[in-house]
Amino acid sequence: MGLQPYLLLSATVFCIGLFGVMTRRNTIGILLGIELMMNAVNINLVAFARYTAVASGMVFTVFTICITVTEAALGLAIVILLFRVRRTVMADHLDLLKG
Amino acid sequence: MMANSGTLALAAWLLPALSFLVLAVVYPLRRLGRPAAWFSIVCAAGAFASAVLAWRGVGGSEDQVRLLWPWLPSAGKSIADVGVAVDATSSIMLCLVSLVALLVQFYSVGYLHDEPAGALGRYYAYQSLFAFSMMGLALAPNLLQLFMCWELVGLCSYLLIGYWYQRESAARAAVKAFWITKAGDVGLLVGIVMLWQLTGTFDLAELRSLAGTNAIPAAGLSIVTFCIYLGAMGKSAQFPFHVWLPDAMEGPTPVSALIHAATMVTAGVYLLVRTAWLFALTPDVLLVVAWIGAFTALLAAVLACVQDDIKRVLAYSTVSQLGYMMTAIGAGVATAGFLHLLTHGLFKALLFLGAGSVIHAVGSNDLPNMGGLARRMPQTATVFIVGTLSLAGIPFFGGYLSKEEILGAVWGAHLTGPFVLLMLVAGLTTFYMFRVVFLAFFGTPSPVARVTHAHAAHAPAGHAHDVGRVLSDPPAGATSARAAHAALHNEAVVEGAHVNETPRAHEPPVTMLLPLWVLALMTMTVGVMSTLKLGGFAAEPVEEGAPGWLTPAAVGVALAGILLAWATYQARAINPATLAGAFGPIRAAALRKFWIDDVFEGIYGVVLLGFSRIVGWVDRYLVDGVLNVLSDWTLQAGDELRGIQTGKPQDYVYGVGAGVLVLILLMRLVF
Repeated sequence: MGLQPYLLLSATVFCIGLFGVMTRRNTIGILLGIELMMNAVNINLVAFARYTAVASGMVFTVFTICITVTEAALGLAIVILLFRVRRTVMADHLDLLKG
Repeated sequence: MMANSGTLALAAWLLPALSFLVLAVVYPLRRLGRPAAWFSIVCAAGAFASAVLAWRGVGGSEDQVRLLWPWLPSAGKSIADVGVAVDATSSIMLCLVSLVALLVQFYSVGYLHDEPAGALGRYYAYQSLFAFSMMGLALAPNLLQLFMCWELVGLCSYLLIGYWYQRESAARAAVKAFWITKAGDVGLLVGIVMLWQLTGTFDLAELRSLAGTNAIPAAGLSIVTFCIYLGAMGKSAQFPFHVWLPDAMEGPTPVSALIHAATMVTAGVYLLVRTAWLFALTPDVLLVVAWIGAFTALLAAVLACVQDDIKRVLAYSTVSQLGYMMTAIGAGVATAGFLHLLTHGLFKALLFLGAGSVIHAVGSNDLPNMGGLARRMPQTATVFIVGTLSLAGIPFFGGYLSKEEILGAVWGAHLTGPFVLLMLVAGLTTFYMFRVVFLAFFGTPSPVARVTHAHAAHAPAGHAHDVGRVLSDPPAGATSARAAHAALHNEAVVEGAHVNETPRAHEPPVTMLLPLWVLALMTMTVGVMSTLKLGGFAAEPVEEGAPGWLTPAAVGVALAGILLAWATYQARAINPATLAGAFGPIRAAALRKFWIDDVFEGIYGVVLLGFSRIVGWVDRYLVDGVLNVLSDWTLQAGDELRGIQTGKPQDYVYGVGAGVLVLILLMRLVF
């Protein structure tokens, strides 16, 4: 199999993630969307590593997964704290930075 | 021996600097007050000793000992040096400055005995700074160092006039003195720079040799010398810049003695003496100097006759005597002016210190509050009369020879107008001075004086001088305050006979008496030696142009002044009111100070304030207006644009996405 199907898959997953981030009102949904986008990136990295036979892409993926995990943990923690303070996690209600 | 003089003069110059630095930096010492005073006095004594040794070393020789260090180095040679130039003139000036500084500092220990310790330390720090600056001025080898020291003495004068800065009148007087002398200083600076343009040097010796070989271009030199004279006018209180000196009496009396009588105000005269060879090249300016000097002398003498404040009489007398010196310089005989500077320094310091001791005892500056003090304070009265006779120019007293020399010089220069004015002034001088003597030391003791002093003595924290000031400040307020005091202490006035027995006004402490006697003895010594042409005075050149009738005429005029004052204020043969009435309009004008202060105030109020109003309008409405419009626009634009910031995260994501799309499109389509 060539590179193209992997890239197509990756692009699809990325777009789904982006769509989720853009449309979801729930903060947890947005987080999920971000996770999907990260995974699309991972697929890309692995696909290119395999295609060019350079191992560094794989190593990079391992790092990315770790970072994704911590990011998810942090994000969820923030969401919980937000909920405690504001009693809501709906993104369109969280507009403290409104100019 | 000669080279030694330079080192000694340098030591004399730097000792007060050391004292000032120590007092300025070592805060605890300054806070102690009295120890700080003694430290400063010891330094001043050292300076005086070195100055005398330096003077003895120079002797009467014409050579100049120079000890220089390059100050503003440039290619070739330095533009200006810093150091000392010791010759006969500067070394004797150094002696005068250090002597009066020492005596005044010593005197101040007694005079300011109830000052807070911290303020006393500050006072002595200023005193040391003043001594340093004045000696630097006297020893200056070039005009640049002279100008720097010139400014420093002006600063010290400001600081010491405003020594009691909590009092509004003192603060105002300090600012007035500073501004008016500064107006003259600008002229001096311009003159120095223009002279540098003409000749390319600041050095006095070089300038002198240039002047000797006629190497200084004559074109424009008159403006230069006039600018230098402007500086001297401001410092030496020549008409119309004399208005600051009487107000400067707000400072403590010893300060008036040192700065506003003996040394700083004579700096202008000294400057003209130092540059006499330059002024000799511009006879037109010299004529101006002579006329303004003589006019100032007369104006101030008339003003002195109507003053009731003993210090103000002395202040106007100083202005008048400075006019004398200036006239001598204008007549082209700078040595006569300088001689009068020296003798005047001695006897005027004596008079001021004597007046200080009277004020100390009575607690008031006003002559009506004094009277009959000769019995209570015989020593003060004696030395005060010695000073007065010296000022009057009576033979065997200090001012005799110098005054005769000036009159002879002015007559010899064919300046008949100024000569007549000066003769008139000689009579007026003795009149107003003996008016002070008769009113303060003879006659009947004033009941007010006793009350005032009793009041000052009874108030434990009461400041005798302050009490006096309150009484003497505004004429209207003074009378009411006096009445109030009289009412408060009614019993004391009623049983005046008993009060008369108790000596309230008393001789000052020995710290104050000693300087008085030193100055009195020196004045007498100078007077006797100069009258009999003993010692150094034997070499004094007899004035060529002086006619034989000059001495009898001058002394006769002086005696006539004394006689008039005696008849009016002692024998009461002439009613003072009648005498005042005879000079009605002049007296009225003199009481208003000839409206000169009012003219200055008018210039300030109309011209200066009007101009600043215009400048203020331009600043407020043009300069600020443009900036305000710009900032308003910025604020409005911000208000309009803030709607973009929704605060919702997803809107920002849309923004990022749109941005990426635009970038991609740009890359595809444009590049």
